[in-house]
Amino acid sequence: MTRHLTLSALAVLFLFPLVWSGWASLEDPSDYLEMARFGEGLGTYATNSVLVSAMTVAGTLVVSALGGYAFARFDFPGKNLLFLATLAILMVPYATILIPLYVLLGFIGLQNSLVGLSLVFVMFQLPFALFMMRNAFEAIPRELEEAALVDGCGTFRAFSRILLHAVRPALVTVGLFAFLASWNDFFAPLILLNDGSSFTLPVAVVSMTQRTFGAIDYGMLQAGVMVMAIPCLILFIVLQRHYVRGFMSGALRG
Amino acid sequence: MTLTLTRAGRRAAHGAPPARWRGKKVQGWLYAAPTAVIVGVLFVVPLVLVVWMSLNRWPLLGPAHFNAPDNYARIADNPLFLDAVLFTLKYTAITTVLLSSVALGLALLVQERRPGVGFFRTAFFLPGAVGFAAAALLFYGMLNNDFGPVDPMLRALGITHEPVKWIGTPNMALFSTIALVLWRFAGFNMLILLTGLQAIPVEVYEAARSDGAGRRQIFTRITLPLLRPTLALMLILSVTGSLLAFDQFFIFTNGGPDNSTVSMVMVVYRDAFFRFDLGGAAALSVVLLVGLVGLNALMMRRLR
Repeated sequence: MTRHLTLSALAVLFLFPLVWSGWASLEDPSDYLEMARFGEGLGTYATNSVLVSAMTVAGTLVVSALGGYAFARFDFPGKNLLFLATLAILMVPYATILIPLYVLLGFIGLQNSLVGLSLVFVMFQLPFALFMMRNAFEAIPRELEEAALVDGCGTFRAFSRILLHAVRPALVTVGLFAFLASWNDFFAPLILLNDGSSFTLPVAVVSMTQRTFGAIDYGMLQAGVMVMAIPCLILFIVLQRHYVRGFMSGALRG
Repeated sequence: MTLTLTRAGRRAAHGAPPARWRGKKVQGWLYAAPTAVIVGVLFVVPLVLVVWMSLNRWPLLGPAHFNAPDNYARIADNPLFLDAVLFTLKYTAITTVLLSSVALGLALLVQERRPGVGFFRTAFFLPGAVGFAAAALLFYGMLNNDFGPVDPMLRALGITHEPVKWIGTPNMALFSTIALVLWRFAGFNMLILLTGLQAIPVEVYEAARSDGAGRRQIFTRITLPLLRPTLALMLILSVTGSLLAFDQFFIFTNGGPDNSTVSMVMVVYRDAFFRFDLGGAAALSVVLLVGLVGLNALMMRRLR
């Protein structure tokens, strides 16, 4: 009985902030209208966020599926070195790599660019994504594609026609995590984007709190929180299984 | 370790790759090429560049010139950074202890599969589905004295009688930030511990119970020792994440009051984009990188 009371009290404590935020954002529905007109307009920021997330998800899926296939099925010189270099991304602090990336993207004309930001997100996703995809391809019996190869398919046709279907669960997990990372990340867009019209949602909504003139509109702020959080909460409910699996293989790597 | 073992095991089980697979080096390289380009251009090059930048006077705008080792020498005279190191270490210690205890408590409460347990697991994990920036903004509103619900509730319950300065004093700002981090990350860490708990065979518990072990004995003699690898993993993740804290302090406390909650990464950011000193920021980042890699190596050796 005490156990149930403890659990229920804790559940209230953990759910309360979310419920309150949703309620506070709806208390005065004009907050959403006001936010729609904030700065460059909510539409601009949401579009930027959607674009960055879409490019990150697509880029991560393509690169890690091809790479995972290479690491699972081929031997090539430098294979181990490349794998270690990819995993080393996990060891390097975010800030350490973002300062030179800011300069580097300036050199190649991708500063303040959503494409540049997405490429950076793809890089940060690669250790997890490549690891996940390699394991998924390794789990497929070789016989499956050998039949196709004997029938005269090239490796790419075997890959695209047969293997990609077999690794679909891993693709969903990798895509989900690429979306969450790019949709929610604050630090990378803060550093790499410097023009208000290219801000993604987190940077734009945070900038609401840092206006020097006039009071902060807290209702509008919670409306912003909800716009950011609701897609993630929906994805969590729909893809709970992939969430847990992703966290586990992400957390228990190595 | 486990990786190489399973791979070697698979290789042994299947035998060497058949001839069709060997000698396809070029093809292998083609499939791996996108990975190599991304990792090379966006990771290896910046890693070299950050070291080079740290050896130069590198203003945000304008030409750079070599000035080594000035950027490193100046770190010693940067009181904001030295304070930030101490603050970040304090924050890391408190957060790691609290986060592991809360996560372990939650995991023990929901470890058994009973009806209704799924709901509680989801409830504890749900904040983890919200982005960290969104979570920080949520707390920013929730703990606001005029707008937020927490102050009126505490007053109605008679716990406090005047507005609480949630982020108004250094200690309260730290306390509130840790509350935010616990709310956002406890469920995630609980999930990690749950996998560890579920890997302990039921027979071990049964054997202990039939030998007359009590609840407390089972916990200290069986659960904790067998959970050690999982606890170690959680510890490493928590320490690394806390040492690199940025979002929570930038968004929630903005380093205040009086720069009392400025983390190390915040100093890097300020040096680069408020003091326009990319070279100095690069030197700090290199120090951060070396320190973190060293600490991780140490922790892995100690905890395994």
